[in-house]
Amino acid sequence: MKFSDQLEQRFATMVTHYPTKRSVLVPMLLYIQDELGSLTEEAIHEIAQRVELSDLEVRNVISYYSMLRTRAVGKYNFQICTNVSCLLRGAEDIFEQCKKKLGVGNKQTTSDGLFYLEEVECIGACSWAPAMMMNYEFVENLTAAKIDELIEGLKKKEQQ
Amino acid sequence: MADITLTVDGKKLTVPAGTLLIEACKGAGIEVPFFCYYPNLSLQGACRMCLVEIEKMPKLQTACTTLVAEGMVVTTESDKVKQARKSMLELLLANHPLDCPVCDAGGECELQDMTFKYGAAESKFMDLKNHRDEQQWSPVVYFDRPRCILCYRCIRVCGEGMDVWSLGIQNRGPSSIIAPNKEDHLECEECGMCIDICPVGALTSGAYRYKTRPWEMKHVGTVCTHCGDGCKTTLGVRRADTGMQIVRGDNRDKSGINGEFLCIKGRYAFDFAHHPERLPQPLVKREGKLVPTTWEQAFDLIAKKFQDALTSDGPTSIGVIGSNHTSNEENYLLQKFARLVLGTNNIDHHRTADFPAFASALAGKQNTTASMRDVFSAPAVLLIGNDPTEQHPLLAWQIRSDVRLHRAKLYVVNSSAIKLHRQATSFAQIVSGSEGNFVQFLAGNDKAADSVVSPNLTREALTTLRDALKNESGLVIIFGSELRGADVKALVDFGLAQGAKFICLGDYANSRGAADMGLYPDMLPGYAPVLTATRYHEEWLDEIPPIPGMNLLQMMDAAKNGKLKALYVVGSNPIARNNIDPFALSKSFVIVQDMFLTETASIADVVLPVANAYEKSGTYTNTSGDVQMLKKAGEFAGVRNDFECIVRIAARMGYDVHKLVPFGGAGTRADMGQTRGAQSGESDRHAVWLASHNLEPKMSPYDPTAMLDEIQRLVPGYDISRLNLLAGQDVHSQLVQITGATGMGDPALIMPANDSLFTSGTLGKFSDTLNTVYERYSPPHDLEMAADYDPQVRMGG
Repeated sequence: MKFSDQLEQRFATMVTHYPTKRSVLVPMLLYIQDELGSLTEEAIHEIAQRVELSDLEVRNVISYYSMLRTRAVGKYNFQICTNVSCLLRGAEDIFEQCKKKLGVGNKQTTSDGLFYLEEVECIGACSWAPAMMMNYEFVENLTAAKIDELIEGLKKKEQQ
Repeated sequence: MADITLTVDGKKLTVPAGTLLIEACKGAGIEVPFFCYYPNLSLQGACRMCLVEIEKMPKLQTACTTLVAEGMVVTTESDKVKQARKSMLELLLANHPLDCPVCDAGGECELQDMTFKYGAAESKFMDLKNHRDEQQWSPVVYFDRPRCILCYRCIRVCGEGMDVWSLGIQNRGPSSIIAPNKEDHLECEECGMCIDICPVGALTSGAYRYKTRPWEMKHVGTVCTHCGDGCKTTLGVRRADTGMQIVRGDNRDKSGINGEFLCIKGRYAFDFAHHPERLPQPLVKREGKLVPTTWEQAFDLIAKKFQDALTSDGPTSIGVIGSNHTSNEENYLLQKFARLVLGTNNIDHHRTADFPAFASALAGKQNTTASMRDVFSAPAVLLIGNDPTEQHPLLAWQIRSDVRLHRAKLYVVNSSAIKLHRQATSFAQIVSGSEGNFVQFLAGNDKAADSVVSPNLTREALTTLRDALKNESGLVIIFGSELRGADVKALVDFGLAQGAKFICLGDYANSRGAADMGLYPDMLPGYAPVLTATRYHEEWLDEIPPIPGMNLLQMMDAAKNGKLKALYVVGSNPIARNNIDPFALSKSFVIVQDMFLTETASIADVVLPVANAYEKSGTYTNTSGDVQMLKKAGEFAGVRNDFECIVRIAARMGYDVHKLVPFGGAGTRADMGQTRGAQSGESDRHAVWLASHNLEPKMSPYDPTAMLDEIQRLVPGYDISRLNLLAGQDVHSQLVQITGATGMGDPALIMPANDSLFTSGTLGKFSDTLNTVYERYSPPHDLEMAADYDPQVRMGG
């Protein structure tokens, strides 16, 4: 299996950064996930061979980290923090609002494959609570209206 | 390393620096409980059971990861420690199913034992148990997830110990689960080490689960009857309709040369003993068909046929083929029977290694053979040929452990990249069939390298390897049956020059014993040539026929020409092993002693059903020369052991069995010698030897230890500690020759068994467990097969 040229190049440089090959596993898994949407069987096998581990060992690592996943999720990954700071500032309402607006529950993807909703632990954005992450971007000081606006905006963008 | 003094529970201990606290305690007889710790595996520190109080350390410490330090003061059983352990157990039991009444491990469970000791049986947790159904991971490995206490021992023994790495851990924290390498099943060597090492009943054996309770079995530690490594296996036996049935094999007592190790065969492949096709009574051929008969009639017929052949055509018209699975006593008795009772040297066995060339090359030098234990601690190992992972699993384990724990250097010379090359310091992939030339190159013949070099191996690399080997002290050289005759001699000469020790690899459980006991047409026990005067000639009143007999293939040719009137096959299957045309034997009277109707037995005139190695006593010599005592575990109604059969036939022929087996108060042919004393000339040598070794005269001619007495007295190298043998220990025998015989044996007669991890000759063919595993790893091909194709024969008998 071959990854995109950019990722191949990245692997080639990264692998030289560590004394042992296996050390490059976790960053590579993240990059592969970004490129493919999830860590497929094929990708697991490929990276296992490249870093000289068994498929099992790679799967052990993937299952350890909650940010690594083997099943594809929606294009927009809504991760709503419900830890204390966000909770005190109404995170649960925000989460309920998301559920209602998207029509899905926790850890579910909408039928059009656009949105994935997930309740997560602290994302370190307590100063701007309640906060969420959409893919790698922070969305802060959430309100019900802000959620609606965000979702509508994304839907519209996708329709064009 | 410097010694360190510490105090544990008020006791002053002195241990070497670098010792783990838990080991220091164990050495002093102080038990620190543990689940995740396991000697010789990497440290885990997961279970927190070994917490101890150490003065000046604020919190309890894990004894399994703490190194001893000077002046350390440790308390292993205080109220605080007890409370900590009790809490640990409470947490472990929170999601433990407590199905102990039906759990395989019930009664031998470390979690049960600890709970019994620390009393955490009352549960404060009200949560629902998180149940998961049991999973079958392979024909022999089952996993009950809720029982798992996450000690990770299985993962470590599979990876570090077996170098298989087929178990892993998935998820993290409380949701961690042990996972097999192929999503829902295992693909591995099926050794079952994970089951043995599991402290609870999470991993259970497919061959044993739900069959019985541990306390309903009798546990017998005996020697495995499959490959030539001589592992000790503990057989659990229980009474059944057909006798004592073996229901479980495992490595319970861990006192054998195999230590922690046991492979699939020693663990599961005992089921041939109660295979439905096992013969329960003697068979005799009438009108072309084998029909049941009585033992008396069978013995009478055999004795008569032997007598007839002796009268009409003389002793050379009878042939005897011995076995690689019968005990030393039976082998010794068989060759004595052939030479004295039948009067012929026509005796041979299926040879799998050139032991005669090996013995001859060593020429009686002491301490030149390595024991299986030596491999574990050797600073360097040279392995030429063979694939120990498949054919000598214990040897492979010893080598791996040596490399892992002692950083031994391993030199592998093989025509293919055998699995052990992963541990090798240096791996030389030579051209197939050039093992002999490689040895000649080692011995200094530079020209021999021509046929050894390949694209994978340059001449320079070979020279570097030779130089490196020359600089190794304490080298153990292990070679397979690829090396024979002059090549063995060259290798031994090369190694002896630098003080190396050797192991010659043969294929079956007692192939070394068969060779040592003289199942050769031209050699007596101890590789003594039949032509020279030996102690045997003296003892046996010169009844040994003065000319060498026919070897196995010559006997078969003689049979084809009608010159072999009778053939006595004891526990061997020459038709399948040596590819003999069954019709070649149609003119001879064939007697077969076996458990099953093998290819050879099915064309026999008389078949005597006999006991296997798990059903008798005696001794085995493994491929490295370690002698161990068999202990009777199983029983099968109707059969007799080979020893008894041979003695009974001799008796029927009118031979004085006292001369065959030295039994009874009168020793061989005089009194005990007490009246005259050991030095007074006329006394019975055997009786004197017995008395001087504090041994009892044996009261029955069927007592194999009576034969062992004679073996120990006469066969060089077997004068070993009987006390250690009786105690169930392995005792290394020296390969000492009476005279320096050379050029004996014929290298061309050596046929390696080529068994894999999942096959074991006839025994494997009748082991359902082994067959199930074998089939799983070799998907059936769409072969065109004959109409009379018998799937039972597929594994080549």
